[in-house]
Amino acid sequence: MKFVTHVTLALLVSSSFSGLLAQDVAVRAQVVHTSEGAALRDAVVIVRGGKIAAVGPAASTPIPAGMRTLTAAVVTPGLVDAHCVIGLAGHLNQPQDQDQHDPTAPIQPELRAIDAYNARERLVEWVRGFGVTTIHTGHSPSALISGQTLIAKTRGDTVDDAVIVPRAMIAATLGADSRDEGKGKSPGTAGKQLALLREALVGAQDFQKKLANAGSDATKRPDRDLRKEALVDVLLQKVPLLITAQRHQDIESALRLQKEFGFKLVLDGAAEAYVVIDSIRAAVVPVIAHPPMARFWGDLENGSRETPLKLRDAGILFAFQSGFESYVPKTRVILYEAAVAAAHGLGADAALRAITIDAARILGVDSRLGSIAVGKDGDLALYDGDPFEYVTHCVATVIDGVVVFEGRR
Amino acid sequence: MTILTALFTSLPALLATTSPAQDKAVAFVGGRVLPIASAPIEDGTLVVRAGKIEAIGARTAVAIPVDATVVDCKGKTLMPGLVDTHSHVGGGWGADESGPIQPGVRMLDSVNCRDSGFQRAQAGGITTINVMSGSGHLMAGQTIYLKNRDADTIDGLVYRFADGSPMGGMKMANGTNSQRDPPFPGTRGKSAALVREQFVAAQEYKRKLAAAGNDVEKRPARDLALEGLVEILDKKRVVHHHTHRHDDVLTVLRLAKEFDFRVVLHHVSEAWKVADEIVAAKIPCSLIVIDTPGGKLEAADFDASSAAELEKRGAPELVAFHTDDWITDSRLFLRSAALAVRAGCSRDTALAGLTKNPAAMLDLGDRVGTLERGKDADVIVLSGDPLSVYTRVEQTWVEGVKVFDLAVPDDRRYAEGGWGVGHPRVETVCCLGGGEDR
Repeated sequence: MKFVTHVTLALLVSSSFSGLLAQDVAVRAQVVHTSEGAALRDAVVIVRGGKIAAVGPAASTPIPAGMRTLTAAVVTPGLVDAHCVIGLAGHLNQPQDQDQHDPTAPIQPELRAIDAYNARERLVEWVRGFGVTTIHTGHSPSALISGQTLIAKTRGDTVDDAVIVPRAMIAATLGADSRDEGKGKSPGTAGKQLALLREALVGAQDFQKKLANAGSDATKRPDRDLRKEALVDVLLQKVPLLITAQRHQDIESALRLQKEFGFKLVLDGAAEAYVVIDSIRAAVVPVIAHPPMARFWGDLENGSRETPLKLRDAGILFAFQSGFESYVPKTRVILYEAAVAAAHGLGADAALRAITIDAARILGVDSRLGSIAVGKDGDLALYDGDPFEYVTHCVATVIDGVVVFEGRR
Repeated sequence: MTILTALFTSLPALLATTSPAQDKAVAFVGGRVLPIASAPIEDGTLVVRAGKIEAIGARTAVAIPVDATVVDCKGKTLMPGLVDTHSHVGGGWGADESGPIQPGVRMLDSVNCRDSGFQRAQAGGITTINVMSGSGHLMAGQTIYLKNRDADTIDGLVYRFADGSPMGGMKMANGTNSQRDPPFPGTRGKSAALVREQFVAAQEYKRKLAAAGNDVEKRPARDLALEGLVEILDKKRVVHHHTHRHDDVLTVLRLAKEFDFRVVLHHVSEAWKVADEIVAAKIPCSLIVIDTPGGKLEAADFDASSAAELEKRGAPELVAFHTDDWITDSRLFLRSAALAVRAGCSRDTALAGLTKNPAAMLDLGDRVGTLERGKDADVIVLSGDPLSVYTRVEQTWVEGVKVFDLAVPDDRRYAEGGWGVGHPRVETVCCLGGGEDR
């Protein structure tokens, strides 16, 4: 009786919070990878009111009577895709479902991902079926500054249901994908790219100075400018600048830019990181590495499946992304990507961390999710075997205690 | 000095290339052998000589020739070299933008045999490749079947028909990729009409050739395009047909019946929807396995269960997989079969779909695709189970010559990637060619 009351309260609390009914659920598995330390054998995870209430050996972690209980061979934290375009770049790949890039200007930090994210896009449901519970998504690496990103859970019918960080980062890109080499187009070279970025950031510094000088005197404030306001927040370190750079010289340019303007930098892609690994380590910059199965052409022609191993050995914090694909497959699946890295020397434990707790750390949401620990969100992925094996299936996905997928994918 | 050393050390390699079929035997001993044609052999011996398989069986049943080089395969798995029925390695394009139907164009004349894609394919265990044009044409030209040797000329790679001509099929496509601005078709109906028109023209051409007999005066003027089509009507050349959507698949079956040509369906994202019809027509399918449905309209209903659905209907021999490299990576070809198993296909069918079945689809079933006495000595050595993510291709042998070894740094980089690997093959020994320039 007492327990039932507790459940009811939890449901009421969570429904008023998110518009969804959070559930209490227990999961028992032969192996629980917590991303907090060694794996637990024959263990139980208990989620109450959408939060993890207990995790431990089955023998000492009783499941409350009547609580819905799922079983699986293996449980991991819900997977975190550290960078993708899911919800903006639709699966059909037709003009009407591609909202990841507006080509009208090279620098548009004012474009918000929350105004473009389609929570009902099929690819959201698709990756959820592989255990992906959190995605960092937004404007694609297709312009010098393509817009803002957000962090969402892969649940909900609206962006408001899904989003947990409405503005996560501002996405910038160096290299071929943000160059326009057409006659008279700009930026057409790496030098011009950096000149335009510096010009925009200098403009933001100037704007910031005018704001500061005006203080609370509204009459002295400069006119509002959405573009400059977004970049001022970069300068104030309120929001990191995510710079996609694959080639070593572009990586060095990103580090140089960061040194000049003092923003929080997250390196993205970094296919040639292994050439400039000392510079990255010295700058203490985290890396959201390209998908290990990315096609090694264009700026990625020198890419290597052993880069994650080298990042790990250098002590650089890194995570994996499903990235941006302009054709088939329209999105990659981080479970698959981490699996290939695991098999190419990284090892399963480090590969799993790179799509759970380390991804959460880079995204700044590790206090809330990314591992199975008491008090964190009840986000779990259940598998019928080693999650990385090709022939293993994801059998259930739990977000905030709600079973959002059950099946065999 | 460096050059002299290079010349000296590469001489054996040079000699080896001039006679790639080694006369000395190689014995692979102690591995788990998957012949595909028969049950797995747990502690097997495989003997190859002069480019062919000389013996295969349990270790206790096969004598190791005294002259044999022994490859210790304890703890390893051996299987036939993989056969990729659909690849774009070599960076070549066949048909150009001038029109939708170009059967006279040959991939033979387009492929760069020094493209590093061939080395990446070796690193993935692929020993036979059907290299094709893209799918932007209704008929994009003649494909080329290649043996993935180390070779410096395209002639060093090609399989040949019995008459000595380069072996290949004909690439065709329907659906959305080949619908474009004029002179390309704008609808599915127009696409089929244009193809029928060409086949009818080829029938007329063939009739005139037959009527002329040996009388050279009466023969119609040579027409390279129609000659290519006549080879299809004569069943010498197989049609390799890009098709995804259920209705496009049925259109291919309809045309194949009308003009009585041999066809392999390629990609077939929606094979699972029309598996009954495919099996009834006994048409083989070379399936693509992609990580996510969509990316274009005709792949929106892709499902990895197509292999299982064909198998369920009693037609496992109709199942093959392909890389479509660069769509999927030649180095991960085993993965395609494994993902089909994830979606319900049996292990046996999945492995046959990488070897025996695709070999048959390329009319190469008597030469490759299984480990049997007399077949080409195309063998791969794996670190473990072929369908495990943790398994690596450790060695690839083509006609008894080792072309890839994960333990050799110059080879390993093609498996892992790294500086310069995306460039055309790196020639570490200038001008000599041979086995050391991979």
